[in-house]
Amino acid sequence: MGGLTVQEWQAVELSLRVSAVATLCSLPFGIAVAHLLARREFRGKALVDGLVHLPLILPPIVTGYLLLLTFGRRGPVGALLEKVGIVFAFHWTGAALAAAVMAFPLMVRAIRLSIEAIDPGLEAAASTLGASPRRVFLTVTLPLALPGILAGAVLAFAKAMGEFGATITFVSNIPGQTQTLPSAIYSLLQVPGAEPQAFRLIMISILLAVGAILLSEVLAARLRKARLT
Amino acid sequence: MSLDVALRHRFPAADLDLAFTAPPGVTALFGPSGAGKTSVANAVAGLLRPDAGHVRLNGRTLFEDGTWTPPHLRRVGYVFQEARLFPHLTVRRNLLYGAPDDRGLAHIADLLDIAPLLPRRPANLSGGERQRVAIGRALLQAPDLLILDEPLSALDAARKDDILPYLERLAAEASIPMLYVSHSLAEVIRLASHVALIANGRLAGFGRPEDVFSDPLLAAHLGPRAAGAVVSGDVTAQDPDGLAVIATPMGDLVLPLPVAVGQPARLRIMAEDVIIARARPEGLSALNVLPARVLDLHAQGATVMVRLTCGGDQLLLARITRRSATALDLAPGTPVHAILKSAALVVQS
Repeated sequence: MGGLTVQEWQAVELSLRVSAVATLCSLPFGIAVAHLLARREFRGKALVDGLVHLPLILPPIVTGYLLLLTFGRRGPVGALLEKVGIVFAFHWTGAALAAAVMAFPLMVRAIRLSIEAIDPGLEAAASTLGASPRRVFLTVTLPLALPGILAGAVLAFAKAMGEFGATITFVSNIPGQTQTLPSAIYSLLQVPGAEPQAFRLIMISILLAVGAILLSEVLAARLRKARLT
Repeated sequence: MSLDVALRHRFPAADLDLAFTAPPGVTALFGPSGAGKTSVANAVAGLLRPDAGHVRLNGRTLFEDGTWTPPHLRRVGYVFQEARLFPHLTVRRNLLYGAPDDRGLAHIADLLDIAPLLPRRPANLSGGERQRVAIGRALLQAPDLLILDEPLSALDAARKDDILPYLERLAAEASIPMLYVSHSLAEVIRLASHVALIANGRLAGFGRPEDVFSDPLLAAHLGPRAAGAVVSGDVTAQDPDGLAVIATPMGDLVLPLPVAVGQPARLRIMAEDVIIARARPEGLSALNVLPARVLDLHAQGATVMVRLTCGGDQLLLARITRRSATALDLAPGTPVHAILKSAALVVQS
């Protein structure tokens, strides 16, 4: 892809980095929340469920603005984190945070469904075999939920690659800093006559999304095969 | 070992309220489906937390008012109705899941005939193989108590006959006390040294299978077809015409049994298969006619359950009509002859 400009390359590289970091960092939380919702009964469960789904139903620009209020330099959390050297506002890490928040409901949903599909009888059997709740989770629940975790991660990655509204609101559209692939496409579409460049980035977006889905299919098939022999 | 259980628990459908103390050996929890047998097993294993009561195993309190031992600290092995093998692990890793090390593996794999299955995964095992692996997995954790919840009910008759000998071997070795949940009379008589008869969440009877199953007061819980006596004896001869002679406390019985001479046999004589005669009958095709004495009579609608003593203290149960009981003028102490139409072999160990 030698035809890409430095700025275009930066956008592709940034998008991949933002999406990977967003997916990997939110995955442990996604698994924990999905496990909580799938297996535990507690007061306020509906509230947690609603909160997790909020980014799915709120306008992305609202989510982005709320992130800015909370994690911005003068926001209550942002000001605290800045003291320990973590900055989100107008920084690529902020783009990762926005992508993670926006992708979280999809990730939790996929993992939760796969945990709910596991026969609780297997977990009970493991406990009668002397396994502590922690060991039951690590050796039975987690491996059996792996296909769902994989699906959730791929879905979150794809969503993160496409995140636009919350990202541009929270961290703006600074080339080389916070200009992700969708932001770059948006910028190019504002420039008269730049459609060919925009079209190249659009093709890259499509290729990356399709590639991610194919990769997850291959991994899932391999997982299934390993389980049957 | 002893297992001391007292439970009270409210369920939406029916309440559980029972108590029993299981002596060493195999104790069967017997009763119709939905009676609460599995709930008792779950409470002992710690998978159900009852509203009140206690569970004590070998003097160790697993559950009482303020005490609750979670299942993974109870050392209670559990073989479930549907095996519940971990699909992502090989048979070998399933077997060793609860084991402290792999020292017992070879012995157990040998005992249960599953050594060739070790590298395979549960998905391509037959139902009988899965259940044997589940039994092995529970045994390898070296539990203080082994619970078997209808381990054979998901299997067809041929598979049952495959596994029953393994269970008999386990029961005979008696190294581990067992709680055997079943609604199959034949399995219980074959395996159990004691029976807790459970009906509608209550304990209807407790004792040796011989006593519980020939108790006319419990016949209603067993169903009319299940009531009957259990008789133990030894095969003393195999006659050339295909009939075996079994020496029992009530005298010699002649039956077509495929059991070698010198072997013990446990027989079930159903109440429906016993005919009562006042005088010794002549010209009858039945081979087994035994002198007996009426112990007591229990009327249930149009039928009467007659308890007979035969050859000393062996109990026999006969189900006859009320009209016959009146016509024969039966009363406690009446000398009669018991004619056995058939008897089923249940144990050949």
